[in-house]
Amino acid sequence: MRNPNEIVAEALAAIRGCQDLPALEQAKARFLGKQGALTELLKALGGLSPDERKAAGARVNEAKQAVEGALKMRRDLLQEAELERKLKEETIDVTLPGRGRAQGGLHPVTRTLERIQALFHSMGFDVAYGPEIETDFYNFTALNIPEDHPARAMHDTFYLQGGELLRTHTSPVQVHYMQEHTPPFRIIAPGRVYRCDSDVTHTPMFHQVEGLWVDETVSFADLKGVLADFMRRFFERDDLKVRFRPSFFPFTEPSAEMDIGCVICGGEGCRVCSHTGWLEVLGCGMVHPNVFRHVHVDPEQYLGFAFGLGVERLAMLRYGVDDLRLFFENDLRFLAQFK
Amino acid sequence: MQFPESWLRTLVNPQLSTDELAHRLTMAGLEVEAIAPAAPPFSGVMVAEVLAVEPHPDADRLRVCKVNVGEAEPLQIVCGAPNVAVGQKVPCARVGAKLPQMEIKQAKVRGVESAGMLCGASEIGLEDKVDGLLVLPADAPVGTDIRSYLLLDDKLITLKLTPNRADCLSLVGLAREVAAITGTKAYLPAQAPVMKEVFDTLEVDVLAKDACPRYLGRVIKGVNARAQTPAWMAMRLERSGIRSISAPVDITNYVLLEQGQPMHAFDLAKLEGGIQVRWAKAGEKLALLNEQTAELAPDMLVIADAGGPVALAGIMGGAATAVADGTADILLEAAYFSPEAIAGRARRLGLATDSSHRFERGVDYAATLMAMERATKLMLEICGGQPGAVIEASAKLPRREPIRLRTRRVARVLGMDMSGDAIKTHLQRLGLGVQEEGESFLVTPPSYRFDLAIEEDLIEELARLYGYDQIEARSPRAPAIMLPQSEARVDQAGFRDYLAGRDYQEVITYSFVDPDWEAALSGGAAPLMLQNPIASQMAAMRTTLWGGLLHALGYNLNRQQARVRLFELGRAYLQEAGGLRQPVRLAGLCYGPAFDEQWGVASRMVDFYDVKGDLEQLPGVKMEFAKAGHPALHPGQTAQILLNGQAAGWLGTLHHKLAQKFDLPAAPVLFELELDALGGLALPRHRAIGRFPSMRRDLAFLVDLDVSAGALLASMREAAEPIVQELQVFDLYQGQGVPAGQKSLAFRIVMQDTERTLTEPEVEAAVAKIADAVISRHGAKLRA
Repeated sequence: MRNPNEIVAEALAAIRGCQDLPALEQAKARFLGKQGALTELLKALGGLSPDERKAAGARVNEAKQAVEGALKMRRDLLQEAELERKLKEETIDVTLPGRGRAQGGLHPVTRTLERIQALFHSMGFDVAYGPEIETDFYNFTALNIPEDHPARAMHDTFYLQGGELLRTHTSPVQVHYMQEHTPPFRIIAPGRVYRCDSDVTHTPMFHQVEGLWVDETVSFADLKGVLADFMRRFFERDDLKVRFRPSFFPFTEPSAEMDIGCVICGGEGCRVCSHTGWLEVLGCGMVHPNVFRHVHVDPEQYLGFAFGLGVERLAMLRYGVDDLRLFFENDLRFLAQFK
Repeated sequence: MQFPESWLRTLVNPQLSTDELAHRLTMAGLEVEAIAPAAPPFSGVMVAEVLAVEPHPDADRLRVCKVNVGEAEPLQIVCGAPNVAVGQKVPCARVGAKLPQMEIKQAKVRGVESAGMLCGASEIGLEDKVDGLLVLPADAPVGTDIRSYLLLDDKLITLKLTPNRADCLSLVGLAREVAAITGTKAYLPAQAPVMKEVFDTLEVDVLAKDACPRYLGRVIKGVNARAQTPAWMAMRLERSGIRSISAPVDITNYVLLEQGQPMHAFDLAKLEGGIQVRWAKAGEKLALLNEQTAELAPDMLVIADAGGPVALAGIMGGAATAVADGTADILLEAAYFSPEAIAGRARRLGLATDSSHRFERGVDYAATLMAMERATKLMLEICGGQPGAVIEASAKLPRREPIRLRTRRVARVLGMDMSGDAIKTHLQRLGLGVQEEGESFLVTPPSYRFDLAIEEDLIEELARLYGYDQIEARSPRAPAIMLPQSEARVDQAGFRDYLAGRDYQEVITYSFVDPDWEAALSGGAAPLMLQNPIASQMAAMRTTLWGGLLHALGYNLNRQQARVRLFELGRAYLQEAGGLRQPVRLAGLCYGPAFDEQWGVASRMVDFYDVKGDLEQLPGVKMEFAKAGHPALHPGQTAQILLNGQAAGWLGTLHHKLAQKFDLPAAPVLFELELDALGGLALPRHRAIGRFPSMRRDLAFLVDLDVSAGALLASMREAAEPIVQELQVFDLYQGQGVPAGQKSLAFRIVMQDTERTLTEPEVEAAVAKIADAVISRHGAKLRA
């Protein structure tokens, strides 16, 4: 019977020499397989006397454990190395750009509209829409602008060949809404409006948001509060200065023009604010009793305030756009800046 | 409205700087649009008298002048102006003077000492009307600084008046307003009646009494129409933006500016008989002062003599009866025309005059006589002549009815309490008649306030005088009620975000487009047309959003963009049998490579299926596609989009013919979907997930090229047993192994039962049934 220690020494040397897992499995077979050296020793134990067998058995088992231990260590080492190699092989350049499509974007006017809607929605304003091709009644008469009123000349209306017109403001939505709903309510109405005017500071189409709040106790002081709040939230400036000036709209009385402190120069005076430190941002007022009468709302019971703001103007101030016409040229190099 | 500050301050002079005054006006609703200096800054120029003019020894064009600047010794100044003459008063810039363009130094001009410069208008920043020196009136005081003599430190104030404040379209009206808002006293020009010196008169017959409730005329005989307009008057007119023309015309314009009463002067000799104020007759024409001939309509008011119309009432006089240099006798007119009789007519004739602007908005009907007297007086002073008596034709003038104003209503509308005393004081400052009646007031507006008719008008006046800024802003109190949030509502913002996430850029294009493009895209259907488009290529209301998208594509291709993916959400405008329809649509366009050029994806052009894939994933929308034809699209690459079986839009590649027409190098893929057709979105509803294993079988068929996958799928669905859960195309193959003219389509069939595990025979039977249906109906061959 061979000396188990010799076999162990031989096995450890063989195991150390194994460079990969298949070689290690062969080495294992050579010593622990069916005809392996240590297996042969175990088989040979049967021929020994019980005393001898016990002592020899213990030695062989010790040897077997030593070899198995060495095998496990070597296997772990080789597996580790194999994983290391695989990981290394699979290493990529993570700085290469990702694959697939890029991201498109929303138009800055839409972005601004959504911001306006979100702010008013947070105060419980619902959104209403109305047609863009309107009748004279909704665009003018119901809003207390009779035919030949000088205010009509200020509207530069587009007419269709059938006699209809393109709405010159979003105010007709007030009329539609009040015809279909009973107060109290508060709504905003965003949308396209049209004026027959085109130059550096006018495009024949632009966007407005109309606002209307009708209830039994709404007042001019409330109008001031809501609009000042809106402008401060819109521009995210708690210290934004606002002021209200008397103005004239046939469909509101009293009427006001709202100015905000110039957000470009901070009120110092610049080209954008014509060196006044103020920017005119919207027209507003208390709903004229005649407008209420046109839609059968009792002006003694209900009061309301309304406002109309220019979306492009707010977008220009918010994003520093200096040319109105850019909004409708749809140049991708411009639009991509608002992603 | 533009006017010089100096003029206003002769009537009312609050202790406020120009800027402070402007601020007060703006905050009272009379927006100051601009403040401009009457002249640029300069110094050291004074009124001088030319004492002597001698030729220059060495220059033919120069003179050597001696001028008196109010000092002991006259100055010697070399002057090159052709019009210099002894005795003239002229501006003289002395040594050290700083002019807008230069500084004056002691100099030798061609060897002769010159101690300054005699100035023309342009040299002191004014408009040049004559070549050479600015010759001042003979009574100009020598030695006075020219800036104070010509009031050059004056400011020109431009107001942007709202149409309701016609009463502020005059210096008198403005002075009244400034007095009210600043609490300063106004001194308005009063004019005693001018006594008649001749008995001449003219018959005035007002036929349109409602339109012209008061007509005043006055004959003035023997005027000198060539008289010089006084410098002060010319200056005020010019600084108000009105050119000086001739003394009689200037006087009427001056009274218009001062009093707000438009006036007219006729050459009496050119009038045939008496005059009438009447509506124009159809077909009548009138040659106007501006050399335009107006075709009159029966709703236009005219002044007519025996020969026909001689003036367009309240708008413009006629050329034939206008005052000219040789005019000796005139008829002055001051009338009150009602706004309704004038409004809109000037605009229809393409006119906008100072007169129509005022009459349309309302002229003080109680001040007509005052204006007549003022104009007469000025005429006599400047042009001479003998006045006749005022000829008057009056009917029923408007009356201001008292308005009830409730203290409680004031508080309710403004959201603040205002005491009865405060109300009364504010209204009285504005010249309103106020009578107290318990908790309310009876308020009577003055004749010049056309804008005060109801209680709210008075409340605005109170707020204006109190100060809009003094009303405290507050947060409204309202019940906290949640807004309804319909989950079924089509979410436009969601669609926008989805498409932006799929690499589409949103655009906003004009609703009016080129009629030619529109016709090409719609197959010739007639769009709604604008009467007054801004340009001919923006004259048709779009019936599809594609025109704008294609225009934006072309614009960007011309700016070096190779890959363009756009969408727009907006309305189309349709003239349909049932009337006008303005549906909201979602449209898109894809052009160029499917992906931006990149290292990890092979480059290829975007195609129909890319865009179809984008559409199929539109959140919450289940659409079907049917082969169809559209005039703008490629006949072999067009699908109609169906929602619940109803046509709702189009998907396809632009027809090559149109790509060529629009100068596009290749045809983009387009889609358009009508959002109104979506109706409500279905609420998701949970179904039990099958616990038993599903079975998958694949079938591949050989079919002719023109057989569509959709048709095969339809047959398969029809033949499918209830256990079939899913039917999908997963492969399309043509080429080796497939006969020419044919293609191979492979389908995945997934079967499952929620109650039990399926058996092999029933699966085989279900698959065989589906295969048989396809084979028998479409001539397909099962592929091994």
